Amino acid sequence: MTEPRPPLRAYLPHLRRALAVWRRNTAVWHKLLIPSLLANFGEPLLYLLAFGYGFGTLVHRVGGLPYITFLATGIACSSAMNAASFEALYSTYTRMDPQKTWEGIHATPLGIPDIVLGELLWAGTKGLINALAILIVALALGLVAPAGALWALPVLFLSGLCFAALALVATAFARGYDFFTYYFTLVLTPLLLVSGVFFPLASLPRPVRLGARLLPLTHVVSLVRPLLIGQSPPHPLTDLAVLTAYTLFAGAGALVLFVRRFER
Amino acid sequence: MDDNAAALLVTDLHKTYGGRTVVDGLSLRVARGTCVGLLGPNGAGKTTTLRLLLGHTRPDAGRIEVLGFSIPDAASQARARLGVVGQSDNLDPDFNVEENLYHYARYYGLDPRALRERFTDLLTFAGLEDRRGAPLRELSGGMRRRLALVRALVHDPVMLFLDEPTTGLDPQARFHLWQRFRQLRREGRTLLLTTHYMEEAERLCDRLVVLDHGRVVAEGAPQELVRRHVEPFVLELPAEAGRGLGLREERHGLRTLHLEETVFVYARAREDLEALLSRCPETPARLRPSNLEDVFFALTGHALRD
Repeated sequence: MTEPRPPLRAYLPHLRRALAVWRRNTAVWHKLLIPSLLANFGEPLLYLLAFGYGFGTLVHRVGGLPYITFLATGIACSSAMNAASFEALYSTYTRMDPQKTWEGIHATPLGIPDIVLGELLWAGTKGLINALAILIVALALGLVAPAGALWALPVLFLSGLCFAALALVATAFARGYDFFTYYFTLVLTPLLLVSGVFFPLASLPRPVRLGARLLPLTHVVSLVRPLLIGQSPPHPLTDLAVLTAYTLFAGAGALVLFVRRFER
Repeated sequence: MDDNAAALLVTDLHKTYGGRTVVDGLSLRVARGTCVGLLGPNGAGKTTTLRLLLGHTRPDAGRIEVLGFSIPDAASQARARLGVVGQSDNLDPDFNVEENLYHYARYYGLDPRALRERFTDLLTFAGLEDRRGAPLRELSGGMRRRLALVRALVHDPVMLFLDEPTTGLDPQARFHLWQRFRQLRREGRTLLLTTHYMEEAERLCDRLVVLDHGRVVAEGAPQELVRRHVEPFVLELPAEAGRGLGLREERHGLRTLHLEETVFVYARAREDLEALLSRCPETPARLRPSNLEDVFFALTGHALRD
């Protein structure tokens, strides 16, 4: 006999508690707003200008788009990935281990799953914020369609959650910061290079192209780039399904791993 | 087995880590409104016991009830009524003094905007009313501990877990905290305290529970433990002088304990020790009533545990 599933209502306190963690992290981000916004806007702007205009004079149109537009729509995706990953690796680890913020929170009614869920939501938000900064720059430069940018926001938030969940799995195993360098070098950089951010997938060899279809960033780009230039994505349901599946599996895995790490 | 007068009830608790038994049949009862001290050498199982009581780890066997909630199943509800001051400093360094209370209140499901007055009262209680906006790095060790204490009080808990709350503080800071603990106890809160300082245990606690090897080896009121477990008087001598007096073995009512370069000679009658002392008038020695420290050594031995 299987146990009856608790009603969805039963999960509401967890969501409320997770939001307390989310608000804590948001408040800290808010305190450091100016320097973090400078980084959010400054770096992508430099990249766009340097590569878009500099490199763009050499290559002109890529995938049917001016290179700077191709690049801006790609970087919006990769920045959601990078920001969410960075937050869920370095910042989450800092709060979990050296800073003992989790220990302090764990003395309250919040359990480890509540804290992890809060961290996940926050890192996803951080991904969205960074992607939004790129979109604002791209809108100011007249590179993307305003309506499309609105449609892209929920997708970029989901992407943030997806990469946050994957990064949390790594953080759950981490014993120090060194470990995260591997994650960036061995996981994120290859993803960045084969997912159509800087150049179209079509220019890759066929096996790589097929492999890239299994990777989450490919699906983010496949959704977001058409949206941003005012077109419909070619296969939105598949893309959303892949991203949701990654988020749920990695998120559930991270929960189990963190609980095991803390409750032994 | 309902026991309404008990804030904490632990029965036959067991916990093993990778084949090493850390808690071994521990039973414990803390009456509401009392202050109970958990004593024991490092590795006696104090920290693991506290983790078990908070529901942070699951016992292998045994029953835990905190404020009527069964742990670990209802640990979250129990923690909503508990205040915890941990052994390590886990204040939030990303926030200033008042923000630490502000955000901590949220974890209890409280609306911090409605608690400004309470924060002021708590900061006054901690002697930090002039430091509301100070970043944590500007606080002394004593101030940080006091902030940790009032942070554990934002939700007005009925019971407090204090895990070595004064370790590393100077005498003034320690005394200040003791006053606060006494006041919390007077307000009717239940206190469970772990400490390595016998003086602290003696001054603050109604009852003491001495742990070793994961089980209770003695419990009772501080003076009761002294009466029950050690002779009332002790003479402390340098080991050299002890050897000169031929004190290697126990003899006629004297019990000796060798600790590094010192010999402790325990006796029922003060005169016996005075007689001993008269035989070596040149020796720097100290004759005193025995205290909790002597109980501690008598019960848990004197080998280093680190």
